[in-house]
Amino acid sequence: MAFEYAPAPESRSVVDIRPEYGLFIDGAFVAAVDGEPMKTVDPASEEVLAEVAQAGPADVDKAVAAARRAYEKVWGRMPGAERAKYLFRIARIVQERARELAVLESIDNGKPIRESRDVDIPLVAAHFFYYAGWADKLAYAGFGTTPLGVAAQVIPWNFPLLMLAWKIAPALAAGNTVVLKPAETTPLTALVFAEICQQADLPPGVVNIVTGAGDTGRTLVEHAGVDKVAFTGSTEVGRQIARSVAGTSKRVTLELGGKAANIVFDDAALDQAVEGIVNGIFFNQGHVCCAGSRLLVQESVADEVLDRLKRRMATLRVGDPLDKNTDVGAINSAEQLARIRTLAGIGEEEGAERWSAPCVLPERGFWFAPTIFTGVTQAHRIAREEIFGPVLSVLTFRTPAEAIEKANNTPYGLSAGIWTEKGSRILWAAERLRAGVVWANTFNKFDPTSPFGGFKESGYGREGGRQGLEAYLAG
Amino acid sequence: MPAKQKRADRTPDAPVRLAVRKTYKLFVGGKFPRSESGRSYPVQGADGGFLANAALASRKDVRDAVQAARKAFGGWSGATAYNRGQILYRIAEMLEGRRAQFADEVAAGTGEPTAAALSTVDAAIDRWVWYAGWADKYAQVLGNANPVAGPYFNLSSPEPTGVVGIVAPAEPLLALVSVVAPAIVTGNTVVVLASERHPLPAITLAEVLATSDLPGGVVNLLTGSAAETAPWLAGHADVNALDLAGVADAGQAAELERLAAENLKRVVRPAADDWRAEPGLGRLAAFVETKTVWHPRGV
Amino acid sequence: METHEAERLAAELAGSPEALRTFLSGLPGVDQVGAEQRAATLATRSIKTTAKQWALDLAVRMVDLTTLEGADTPGKVRALCAKAMRPDPADPGCPPVAAVCVYPTLVPTAVAQLRGSGVHVASVATAFPSGQAPLAVKLDDVRAAVAAGADEVDMVIDRGAFLAGRYEEVFRQIVAVKEACGDAHLKVILETGELVTYDNVRRASWLAMLAGGDFIKTSTGKVAPAATLPVTLVMLEAVRDFRDRTGRQVGVKPAGGIRTAKDAIRYLVLINETVGEDWLDPRWFRFGASSLLNDLLMQRAKMATGRYAGPDYFTLD
Repeated sequence: MAFEYAPAPESRSVVDIRPEYGLFIDGAFVAAVDGEPMKTVDPASEEVLAEVAQAGPADVDKAVAAARRAYEKVWGRMPGAERAKYLFRIARIVQERARELAVLESIDNGKPIRESRDVDIPLVAAHFFYYAGWADKLAYAGFGTTPLGVAAQVIPWNFPLLMLAWKIAPALAAGNTVVLKPAETTPLTALVFAEICQQADLPPGVVNIVTGAGDTGRTLVEHAGVDKVAFTGSTEVGRQIARSVAGTSKRVTLELGGKAANIVFDDAALDQAVEGIVNGIFFNQGHVCCAGSRLLVQESVADEVLDRLKRRMATLRVGDPLDKNTDVGAINSAEQLARIRTLAGIGEEEGAERWSAPCVLPERGFWFAPTIFTGVTQAHRIAREEIFGPVLSVLTFRTPAEAIEKANNTPYGLSAGIWTEKGSRILWAAERLRAGVVWANTFNKFDPTSPFGGFKESGYGREGGRQGLEAYLAG
Repeated sequence: MPAKQKRADRTPDAPVRLAVRKTYKLFVGGKFPRSESGRSYPVQGADGGFLANAALASRKDVRDAVQAARKAFGGWSGATAYNRGQILYRIAEMLEGRRAQFADEVAAGTGEPTAAALSTVDAAIDRWVWYAGWADKYAQVLGNANPVAGPYFNLSSPEPTGVVGIVAPAEPLLALVSVVAPAIVTGNTVVVLASERHPLPAITLAEVLATSDLPGGVVNLLTGSAAETAPWLAGHADVNALDLAGVADAGQAAELERLAAENLKRVVRPAADDWRAEPGLGRLAAFVETKTVWHPRGV
Repeated sequence: METHEAERLAAELAGSPEALRTFLSGLPGVDQVGAEQRAATLATRSIKTTAKQWALDLAVRMVDLTTLEGADTPGKVRALCAKAMRPDPADPGCPPVAAVCVYPTLVPTAVAQLRGSGVHVASVATAFPSGQAPLAVKLDDVRAAVAAGADEVDMVIDRGAFLAGRYEEVFRQIVAVKEACGDAHLKVILETGELVTYDNVRRASWLAMLAGGDFIKTSTGKVAPAATLPVTLVMLEAVRDFRDRTGRQVGVKPAGGIRTAKDAIRYLVLINETVGEDWLDPRWFRFGASSLLNDLLMQRAKMATGRYAGPDYFTLD
C-alpha cells in the first residue's frame, strides 16, 4: 500500500519580510543615493518578496568610508578579546533566530527547509563561534596579527547566509571591517544579519551590507579604498576581478567554480556510495560549486551502481522548499534554470543518454527534475562545464590511474570524492587528486574548522580553519 | 553569608528580615553531596569573622570523585570539540549573570574592595571565553601532518590525558578557573581540591557548572584540607595527571610528585603563576597526549 | 521459478563452508557513518494529518504484542490476548495487532484465547534468548511450540558460532529449525546488538535468508542496543537485494526499544524510502513491542479528538 506523505509545511509566520529594504551602512539602514530598487523573488512561486535597494558608486563610497572609519577608530585597535565577544554574541543571536533565518533563506533561495534548517544556519552559527575564538589567539595561528583594513566581499546566491559567514567571521576576527555585497537574487538573510549586528551592538561601520547586482559588486571590488577583495562566484567573474586588481596593493582570495569528480571504486560500500552520489549532486539542487557533478564509476560495477542510483533518485521529493519533507527545492532563478536547460539540451545533442527522476514539478516557479546523463565522455561539454544544477554526468574508468587522470583532466580543482572500502587506496588517490577538498566515503561535508578552497581555476585562498585567517592578516 | 548580604537584607521601613543561608557542600558526579565523613570546617572572612561551614572532604570523597571523573571521561572526551567549546562558553554566560554574587563572595573572603573583586570575577569570566575558543583550535596548533619519507599518510593530533587531579591555588575564583578550564577544554575530567582558605566561591562556581550543560563528573570539586587529601589524589592509580598549582610548600610538592611517579602521572609543578596574565598554551598542552597515525598510501 | 533461484543459491553454498564464507564476505560493505546519517535524515521526515492516521493504523496492525518474562503466567497472557484482539475498547475502528509473542509454555493459552481472531500466535524458541543449547534441544523447543499451535516461530541464531566464523554451522541450524517449523513462519533473530558491526548484520541477514528464514528480526529485546533505525535500514537493504537476486521476499522485524508512535512512524518511513510499499504490510514487516501499542493508541486518540490523551485512558495489560 502506498504511503503518501501529507504536506508538512514549515510555518512562514516566523519571518517578517518588509516591502522594501535600504542599504546597511554605518550601523543604520539608509536609502540608496542613486539607482532603481530591484525585486527579489521567491523562486518556488515567482512571487515578489520585497524591493531591495541597488547601491551605486556614491553608496559604495559611503559604505567604504564608514568601514574605513570603523577600522581606524574602533575595530582595528580593539583588543582581540573584545572583538571575540562581539562575534560570540553574533553566533548566539544566529542560534536564537535560527528558525526565522532558515525559513527566510528557503523562501528567498528556494532550497529545502530541511537543508537551511539542518545545514546552512547551524553552520553559520558554528562559523562565527569558531572565528570568535581566534580573535584573541591570532598570535598562535602563524599569519601575524596585523589586519589588512577594509575588506570588499562579494558572495553568491547558493548559500546566502553561509557564504556571508565564511566572509565576515574571519575578516572581523582578524580585525578588518567589511563591506559585503550579497547576491542580487538572495539579499534577504544578509539584511536580517544587519539587524543581528545591531542587536549585538556591533560598532557602526564594522559591517556594511550593500545590495545590488553585478555593477555594484564591480564598483565595490574596484574601489580604491578597499585593501582586500574576497569573492565567491563564477570563474569568469573571478578572472575579471583578478585582472582588475592587477597593479594595486589589494589582497585577493577567490572561491570559484568546480567540476568535481566523484570516484566510485568496485569495492565501495554501495548503498552509502549511492547516498553520497545523491548528496554530492542533488544537495541544494546542485547549486554547489564543489558538487560531485562528474560521477566516475569503475566499469565493473557501473551497471549496478546506476541501477541503485536510479532507484534511489526515484524517491527524491522535489517541490515546495518549505515542506519539511522536500529533498530538492526550486532552482534559484529563471536565468539559472535557462542555463541548466541549455546545457542539458547540449548533453542530449552530443549523444549522451538522459534520464530524469519521475516526479511531478509544480506549475509555477523554477524547477528542474534530478537528472543523470550516461554514456558521457571527457569530450562532452556536460563533462567539462559547470552546470550548477541537479544534473550528473556519468563516466566510467577501468583502473585507479585512469580514474585519477580523468578526475584531474579539467581546469577546475575544487573538490573530489573517493568511494572505496580500502584505506590505502583512499590516501593514494587523495595524494594524486588536484583538488582543494577531497572527501572519502562522504561528500559535501563542511565544518568551520576545515579549510575549503580550490586548486587551479577554482580559485585561491582558503576559507575555514586556521588557514582561513591568512586571507585577512598582513603576515 | 557575607556581611554585605546582611546589609542588603534591610530596607528602611521594613522589619529586619533574617537571611536564608546556603549550605556549602561538595560537588561530585554532578551532585552536591556532603562529605561522607560528615565533617565540616568554619570558613572565615578576611576580618576573621565566620562566613559559613564548608565540607571537610575525606580520602573516601577523593575516591568517589575520581570514580565520577573516570565515568564521565568517555562521554566528555568523545564529545565534539564544538560541543565542548559551546559548553565552556555557556559557563562564561552563566558566570556573567552572577557577577555580583561572586564579587561579594570573593570580597568577603579576601577583604579587598568590591571593585577589585569584581575585576577578579570579570577576568575569570573572560578566562572561560578564552578557553572556550581553544576547544576546536588547539588540535590545529598542537597537531600537524608529518612529511615522513615514505608512502605513508602521517598525522599527529593531541588527545586528552584522562583524569586530572588538581590542587587549586589559594587565590579565589580566577586562579581556580585558570587551572580547571585548560584541563577540561581538551576533554579531560578533573578532581579539584579547592582552596582551603576560599572554598565558598569554588562551590558557587560548581553551581554554575551544574547549570551550564557540563555533564556531571567532568569537574568534581572537594573542599577541605588539601594537605590531608592531596596525597590520596597523588597516589590514586586511576588518576593520570596532577596539577600542583596550589601546593605552596616545596617539600610537600616534592612528596606529592613522588607519589605521582608510581603510575607515571604527568605532573605540573607549582610555579609563580600570574593568573592575570594571558595564560598561553602551557597548561592546556600539559594534559594532552600526542597520537600519531601511520597509514600506507597505495592502490 | 524465481524462488528456485533462492534454493539453487542456497544449495550451491550449503555444501561448502568455504563457499559460504566467500559469498558472505563478498557482499558489499556497509559504511557505518553513511548508514547512520541516512537513517538520521529519514528520521527527520514529518508525517502529518492523513498520512499520520494511516501510518498509526498500519503500525498497530504490525505489532507483535510481546511478553517474554520469567514471571509470565496464563493470566498475564490471557490479558495480553484480549488487548491484541481489541487494543482500544473505546474504539471499535481500531484494528487488532498482528500477533502475540510468548514463550513456548504459554502458547496453548494464547492459542485458546486467539482462536478465530486472525491474530497470529508467535513463540520464541531455540533456547531463547542466548541460543546456547545443543541443536537437539533447540529443535525440541521448536517442535513443542509448533505442536502447541504456534504459527510463527522466532528463533535466535547462535551468535557465538557466527562471531567465531562458523557460518556453515549457523546455516545448518537455521535450515534444521525451518524444517522443524513445518508450516509455521520462521523469524530469525540476529541479535544485532551482539553482532555489533553493520557488516556482520548484512552477512547474518543473508545467511538467515539463504537458510530459509521467512523473516529476519533484529533482537531478542534482552540485549542493548536492540532495534535501531540504522540496523533496520541495513536489514531492509538486505531483503531488497535478496529479492532482486532470488525473487523471494523476506520480512523484517525490528524488536526491542521501539516505544513511541513517533519511533514506529520513522520505521515506516524507512521502509517506504528504501524497499518501498511492498513491505508496508503486516505480512512483511512487524514491530516486536509491548509498550509501543499504548502510545500508538494515544496518538490515534489525539488525531481523533484533537486533544492530547493521557495514559490513564488506555488499558495496561
